[in-house]
Amino acid sequence: MSFSVSLRDVTLKYGDTEALSDVTLTLEAGKIHGLLGRNGAGKTTLLSLLAAFRKPTAGEVLVDGRPVWENVDVVSRVALIREGGDFDDTDTVESTIETGELRPSFDLDYALKLAERFEVPLDKKVNQLSRGKRSMLAAICGLAARAELTMFDEVHLGMDAPTRDAFYKELLAEYMDRPHTVILSTHLIDEVANYLEEVVIVDKGRVLRHDDVEAFQSMGATFTGPADAVDALAAGLEVLAEQRLGGTKSVTVASRLDAARRERAAAAGVEIGPVGLQDLFIHLTNPDRTGA
Amino acid sequence: MFDDGTPIYRQIADQIKAEILNGSLEPGGKVMSTNQYASFFQINPATAQKAFRELVDEGVLYKQRGVGMFVAEDARDRLAGEFRARFFDDVLKPLVHEARQAGISLSDIIDYLKTQEGALK
Repeated sequence: MSFSVSLRDVTLKYGDTEALSDVTLTLEAGKIHGLLGRNGAGKTTLLSLLAAFRKPTAGEVLVDGRPVWENVDVVSRVALIREGGDFDDTDTVESTIETGELRPSFDLDYALKLAERFEVPLDKKVNQLSRGKRSMLAAICGLAARAELTMFDEVHLGMDAPTRDAFYKELLAEYMDRPHTVILSTHLIDEVANYLEEVVIVDKGRVLRHDDVEAFQSMGATFTGPADAVDALAAGLEVLAEQRLGGTKSVTVASRLDAARRERAAAAGVEIGPVGLQDLFIHLTNPDRTGA
Repeated sequence: MFDDGTPIYRQIADQIKAEILNGSLEPGGKVMSTNQYASFFQINPATAQKAFRELVDEGVLYKQRGVGMFVAEDARDRLAGEFRARFFDDVLKPLVHEARQAGISLSDIIDYLKTQEGALK
């Protein structure tokens, strides 16, 4: 059993500031979702609502179809892991891990096995850990929670590249072993893109786009070829970026290409390349951009 | 592992087809599971599943419930036939185009191909 997620007309204010404005969003159970957004876009706020760390100012937050606020039965099977890990710094790693047993589904053996594999020393105090090890400890607590909804909020930030890679691998293995709902909030988009099934982009407290990952990947294209031919081909499309090298020009567009345009490109000797999810994200969340 | 241009599920499907064509996957043979593909390539299992679904729709693979995915008996013949149909447009046409840009004449190409005839056997 894994948990679906649904927000209906949700607004959350901190004082006068709206961190989330009238958000309606449904995430299917059993998938790995990517939550992308710039700093301050509302990612952490959104996840905090799903974990019932916060109560919405208005609207409804449902997890597994049930209101999540003050619902122990649901919340005990939801895990939100934040970068620092929300630990008591003076605790040892071992007792921090054991705290996880507050959850009905926590797997202590698995947690200890991961701690050994990722070389997080059990006898050290949390405040003696490097930033990377501390992040890994947080990740371990998230994986071993064996929750029905597991959310990692930028948890990889302190990790170096090999550690991140090992974490993604373990996350995928755990997910396949035991299908559940995962939300990964991240800036390192290209690094996680292949692990995701769906992507939500939040911007300025609103959901900008929500689609499956392939839809994002076919949303844009890059034309490279003789400058005149490239210009003719890009005419009327939304241009994200242009580059020129001698007589060759490269233009990135944010448009789905139809077969006719592909044929025209081939005939004109223009090569069509993809636009990475990260480039697209940068474009979509550009403050100078109008509309969505 | 993957090039950026084509959706990953399409690349996996193409790779399976290539393995069927070159004989490393036999007709009637069992294909690795979705999860094995996902963990090998480090991709979302839904992506691997999409590749399989496409191949089942095309009749290249068939599914035996609870057992796994298998290569259709006629898959190799069919894929070879499809490849033959595309060969001149997809492979030779761009080649001739490039050769022309480099000033290689059609008769030079034909002469070269004739010397290769023995290698095809």
